[in-house]
Amino acid sequence: MFLGRVVGTVVATVKDAALKGQRLLIVQPLTADLKETGKRIVVLDAVGVGAAELIYWCRGKESSFPFLPEEVPTDNTIVGIVDELHLC
Amino acid sequence: MLIARVIGEMVSTHKHPSHLGRKALLVQPLDLDGTNRGDPVIAFDAVDAGVGDQVLLVTEGFSAMTSVQRPESPIDMAVVGVIDRIDLHALAQTPAAHRK
Repeated sequence: MFLGRVVGTVVATVKDAALKGQRLLIVQPLTADLKETGKRIVVLDAVGVGAAELIYWCRGKESSFPFLPEEVPTDNTIVGIVDELHLC
Repeated sequence: MLIARVIGEMVSTHKHPSHLGRKALLVQPLDLDGTNRGDPVIAFDAVDAGVGDQVLLVTEGFSAMTSVQRPESPIDMAVVGVIDRIDLHALAQTPAAHRK
């Protein structure tokens, strides 16, 4: 999983039927010290996050598992909100 | 699988139910020379690894999910071993030498 921050939303009216009702968010990937790294991506939301929230997301086929038994065509999904990071 | 070092822990209360009860580690993937290989990632802990440990990291769903006993859950990375030692053979250098 990867660290990131929610920086926007995407609105799409025409989309795969299984994506109906799903929130499309834009996420900025972050390093462990919360610096921006890499390019922003579009993700789905499986936990109900808010704007500017620090989150972690999951990549790949397993990012569709929160929506089972519905088979949602996603490759990146937010699966948790980060409260704290303890770095050494 | 990648070699990585555990650099911290992550705390999250609001998350997918399948993630409850599993320790989430911040893990820095490494190259064989010990330098950082990309950015740190978040992985669940299958072997009770600790901060500072050099570990084996799987970066694909099936292996990650099964190692932490959470089938069909959104987990793509897990720490599946603590590395004691890495032995690199001199032979590993020769293919590159031949390519010159």
